[in-house]
Amino acid sequence: MNPYLPYEAEIMERHQETDTVFTLHLRLTDPEMGRSYQFQPGQFNMLYLFGVGEVPISISSDPQEPHLLGHTIRSVGRVTEGMAKLAVGDRIGIRGPYGRGWPLKAAEGKDVIIVTGGLGCAPVVSVINYIMKRRDRYGKLTIIQGVKHPRDMIYREQYDAWAKIPDTRVFLSASSGEALWPWHVGSVIDLFSEVKFDSAVSVSMMCGPEGMMIAAIRLLLERGMPEHSIYMSMERNMQCAIGHCGHCQYGGKFICKNGPVFAYPDVKELLGIKGF
Amino acid sequence: MTDKLFYLPRERFQFFLTCISNHCYQCIGPQLRDGAILYEAFTSVEALPKGYRDSQKPGEYRVKQNGDQRFFAWANGPQALKPLFFAPEEPMWRAHKNDEGFVVDGLLPETKSIAVIGARACDLAALKIQDKVFLQGDYIDPYYARRRESVFLVGVNCTHSASTCFCVSAGNGPRCDSGFDIVLTELDDGFVVQAGSEMGGIILSELNLGTAIEEQILLSNSATEYAATTQTRSLPEEDLRKTLFANLHHERWENVAERCLSCGNCTQVCPTCFCHTEAEVPALDGNSSVHMRQWASCFSEGHGYIHGMQTRPEITHRYRQWLTHKLGSWHDQFGTSGCVGCGRCMTWCPAAIDMVEEVNIICGGDRFWQSGEGAL
Ligand SMILES: Cc1cc2nc3c(=O)[nH]c(=O)nc-3n(C[C@H](O)[C@H](O)[C@H](O)COP(=O)(O)OP(=O)(O)OC[C@H]3O[C@@H](n4cnc5c(N)ncnc54)[C@H](O)[C@@H]3O)c2cc1C
Ligand code: SF4
Ligand code: SF4
Ligand code: FES
Repeated sequence: MNPYLPYEAEIMERHQETDTVFTLHLRLTDPEMGRSYQFQPGQFNMLYLFGVGEVPISISSDPQEPHLLGHTIRSVGRVTEGMAKLAVGDRIGIRGPYGRGWPLKAAEGKDVIIVTGGLGCAPVVSVINYIMKRRDRYGKLTIIQGVKHPRDMIYREQYDAWAKIPDTRVFLSASSGEALWPWHVGSVIDLFSEVKFDSAVSVSMMCGPEGMMIAAIRLLLERGMPEHSIYMSMERNMQCAIGHCGHCQYGGKFICKNGPVFAYPDVKELLGIKGF
Repeated sequence: MTDKLFYLPRERFQFFLTCISNHCYQCIGPQLRDGAILYEAFTSVEALPKGYRDSQKPGEYRVKQNGDQRFFAWANGPQALKPLFFAPEEPMWRAHKNDEGFVVDGLLPETKSIAVIGARACDLAALKIQDKVFLQGDYIDPYYARRRESVFLVGVNCTHSASTCFCVSAGNGPRCDSGFDIVLTELDDGFVVQAGSEMGGIILSELNLGTAIEEQILLSNSATEYAATTQTRSLPEEDLRKTLFANLHHERWENVAERCLSCGNCTQVCPTCFCHTEAEVPALDGNSSVHMRQWASCFSEGHGYIHGMQTRPEITHRYRQWLTHKLGSWHDQFGTSGCVGCGRCMTWCPAAIDMVEEVNIICGGDRFWQSGEGAL
């Protein structure tokens, strides 16, 4: 078995989320492969665009429907811009799933605090969706999300809907506001003062720019959350996704196989030190 | 490995090569090319670098003819075994368009059985490390595995270290302790030889050699002992993982970064470095595309690039990443150091950076460090 070979998948659905963000729902064309494919929220695939290259993209759909794999992609460069031009019926390559996902089993029965920032973050959307579908297994759900500009907000309607669900609180902020933006204007970190949580029964999961995550971790720790209850998804250049190419190293960790989701104590040694 | 030591007279070395070739191995061995000793295919002893000595120091490598009969009386060249198994550049797979989409074919290399003649202890140790990276994780690298499949390794115990060699301190040499099929120690008129595997034993039995006499054994031991005791460089003896990571803000990182050109030569010649980049080469007609990989370096711009962020923008970051990985975090990943003490990263550094000196200074705090050449 050659672990480097991508498998062909067909684009079954395509949704434009914002100007630059789109979601592709993919189905592996080999039925056998399609049947055996399983994943956990927080894991990712390497997606291949014919003639252009491969990129790591998180799986944003529900693990109970592994025959239709959602990938929410922001077009930023060569491969992702090419992918933005694909239409329903086009083919793409997939290999995966890779890495370790969110601690969703361990978090059962607990309150969950989700923190995300930057341009909106696909890996946490998969967790939110997962919990929403299994609402009775988790306690209170708090979603804290910051974006640069309201138009960067992916799944905006969903957030509005989520906010209405019992035991679910949504705190949104944009660094710059606009008309009809009902939420906070400022940084995600400002929002923390409004958020009440019981640190003994909560688990926090975060993804976004490292600076934001570090600031959020500091606030959580100050408010008594144990280190091992904090999880974060990390990002580095990835070429192989299987621990061979060396690009995703973070000190002694390979983000592709030991992550991308880490418990805070596993990465705290180097967190915030520039150059790793 | 058997304890039995035989003696191979120099004039029978050609027969030794022929016996190996008769088992369908293509012999690969050291040869002088453009002023450096490289490993290439050969059949005749005439191709070996007879009588050559090397002199090495940071930023410098020279070979000169000494006029004697010895084939292996030099330490090591720019190239290790690495390119034989982990190709500098290779195709991985090809995608072909069809009516609906595309199909993908794996492109495994076509390989021959090879016998490497004259692998050094440091390089055998490095090969074990690369095996861990490519063969012993969750995923087996099929390209490396294919090249590694049918290999016969003839090790040579070093009798001459270069000034850059520090395998004693790294714990690997200058004697080969395992990982070979046959190992040789070169004396003036022949070789003390020993089998390290069943196949090695078979080939030695075909040679019909006499056992080595005590004098030959003593001579061979003192020759490798000489190589060991003439080494001048050594790594600090503490837990380098701990000490390096405790010194991430040492001022020496800035100092070395001022000299480092970030050229990546050290990573290219290092026998353990495994980083590689993948790239796509589409055919001109647009109907197929080949996915390639090639060696990469943590000193390059692209290594730490992600959209909107450069993980290691400064040379300080890159040098620190390289050194802390090699000697420190490698332990977390593979349960061993990533450095075998071959010294190539110093010899082939155009800025003559002495990695051992840097480590000693960074780990030593204000402790006095004196290198072999009194470089400080
Ligand atoms: C584990 C993981 C999960 C990810 N999940 C998502 C997701 O769900 N949605 C999404 O939009 N993006 C995601 N990304 C980021 C995405 O992989 C990059 O945006 C993408 O690789 C950019 O490629 P490009 O060719 O379009 O950009 P270019 O800038 O042209 O890329 C040049 C090179 O840099 C690499 N590169 C550039 N940016 C990144 C990056 N951020 N991470 C890793 N390598 C990068 C590319 O692979 C390529 O080798 C994820 C990254 C990682 C590591
Ligand atoms: S780091 Fe330098 S001395 Fe150590 S194995 Fe690599 S090239 Fe040899
Ligand atoms: S480092 Fe040791 S084993 Fe390697 S060439 Fe030098 S003396 Fe020989
Ligand atoms: S992506 Fe290649 S080692 Fe992690």
